[in-house]
Amino acid sequence: MSDLIDDAAPGMNAPEFSVTEISGAIKRMIEGEFSHVRIKGEVGRVSRPRSGHIYLDLKDDRAVISGVIWKGVSARLATQPEEGMEVVATGRLTTFPGQSKYQIVIEDIKPAGVGALMAMLEKRKKMLEAEGLFAPEHKRPIPYLPEIIGVVTSPSGAVIRDILHRLRDRFPRKVLIWPVAVQGERCAPEVAAAIRGFNALTPGGALPRPDLLIVARGGGSIEDLWGFNEEVVARAAAESDIPLISAVGHETDTTLIDYVSDRRAPTPTAAAEMAVPVRLELLAWLDGQGGRLVQSLAGGISQRGQRLRDLSRALPRAEALVEGPRQRLDTWGDRLPVALERGVQRRRVALSEVSSGLQISGLRRSLRNEKMRVEQMGARLSPALLRGVGWKAERVAAVKLSPRMIERDITDKKQRVADMFRRLSEAGARQILELEKRLEATDRLRETLSYKATLARGYAVVRGDAGVVTTKAEAASATGLEIEFADGRMKIGAGRKNAPSKPKPPEQGSLF
Amino acid sequence: MSDTPVEEMTFEQAMAELEQVVGQLERGDVALDDSIKLYERGAALKKRCEKKLKEAEEKVAAITTDGDGNATGTKPVEGM
Repeated sequence: MSDLIDDAAPGMNAPEFSVTEISGAIKRMIEGEFSHVRIKGEVGRVSRPRSGHIYLDLKDDRAVISGVIWKGVSARLATQPEEGMEVVATGRLTTFPGQSKYQIVIEDIKPAGVGALMAMLEKRKKMLEAEGLFAPEHKRPIPYLPEIIGVVTSPSGAVIRDILHRLRDRFPRKVLIWPVAVQGERCAPEVAAAIRGFNALTPGGALPRPDLLIVARGGGSIEDLWGFNEEVVARAAAESDIPLISAVGHETDTTLIDYVSDRRAPTPTAAAEMAVPVRLELLAWLDGQGGRLVQSLAGGISQRGQRLRDLSRALPRAEALVEGPRQRLDTWGDRLPVALERGVQRRRVALSEVSSGLQISGLRRSLRNEKMRVEQMGARLSPALLRGVGWKAERVAAVKLSPRMIERDITDKKQRVADMFRRLSEAGARQILELEKRLEATDRLRETLSYKATLARGYAVVRGDAGVVTTKAEAASATGLEIEFADGRMKIGAGRKNAPSKPKPPEQGSLF
Repeated sequence: MSDTPVEEMTFEQAMAELEQVVGQLERGDVALDDSIKLYERGAALKKRCEKKLKEAEEKVAAITTDGDGNATGTKPVEGM
């Protein structure tokens, strides 16, 4: 109440707020004014703590506003915010009085515009490609003639009509349609669930499992087709065990599912064409095969028949084959008995010829002849011997042995011995004479060389205990010395007991 | 010849083998007995193909699902 008493200065009548009061007032005002706003901007720093809430900044070139996405909301988001993404965030503003801050509580966040969408798609594509989801070895072959075709598309609209129409034209099949939303938020989860749902069916069950899937949608804007760019759809298609043909949009639109599907059809009609062959063509082909089958068998048989006939014509008659040999047999057969008789006859003649010469009288005659020859030879034997002895005796008598010849030989040899002897004595005497002369000459030479001649010129030879002394030291140590002069020897000092042997002058060895 | 009995072959398998059989017969390099066996095999294959081609039945149904998106059954689709 004191406020009322205070004398307020002019201009100071504005009410005073406490911090809490003003913060509360701001909060009420902001939350009231901005309870539903859409903010376009670039996502700045994003943080995702364990709590599951997402904290992020929205910014443009001049300002920044903090934002939060509560856990429950973030799980529902079709697009997760990433730094650098252009987005439109929808939510309400709130303040945080404890820190004098305000922020936006985001309830939905979407990429802003086509550029942002394409950038995100490109990023997603790279990620899936890196995982190998687009690899050619992942692609399964499309069955040639599927029994049941599962179609994932909108149950109403031109697409399913086109597909069924084209199937009917080519090859009517059983078709199971899994109705899905083909645009909007429900599109991606429904399409993914449908692909997984078809795969979960058991073959031949109450709900038979298709052996081919077609995921189809007609043309539309990129936003319309966006559901087929979602990761969840691409992954479901990649995981599908059933071969899958994608046919989304027009030929020029390529969505993420087209990269992971086993075949991509430019249009839903084209997908139906890929799915089944043309029945009428197959019937025609089958007729053709049947015809060729019959024809080739018949042809094979008739060809063999022809060949058999040809060969049998070329085969000679059996009679012709044996005619020649038979004739030869007959000829030789006829000649056989005759030949035998003739052979026997020929041998008989030869035998009789041989045996005719074989008679006893012939033998006797030849014995007599031999005996006569022996007797003749015997008669000549004795005179021949005598004659031989006589001839040898004559030759013995012809040889004469005379002693005179030996005597002459002896005389002759005696003469030669005496001669030799004489020459030997002469040679001996001559050699002795010559040697005597040489001895004399040598002796003379010896005399001139002897030391004795030196003694005559005044030199002397001193001998000690052990022969000739040549040094003073030897002479001093000797017990006695002997001096030889030209005419004799003289002893000095105590001589040795035994007479010193007279040194032998060098002598010429005996000649004899 | 494949080990699959003709009666269990897919159209494509039967078709491929039929082509092979016809080719073999046409080349005429098989023995007579074998060619008759081949012919019989070919006839069986052709019959199988014909049967598969006759099964050209059109039947269109749509899957019905429960609240969780699981398939519960089918309902016929009319007027397409």
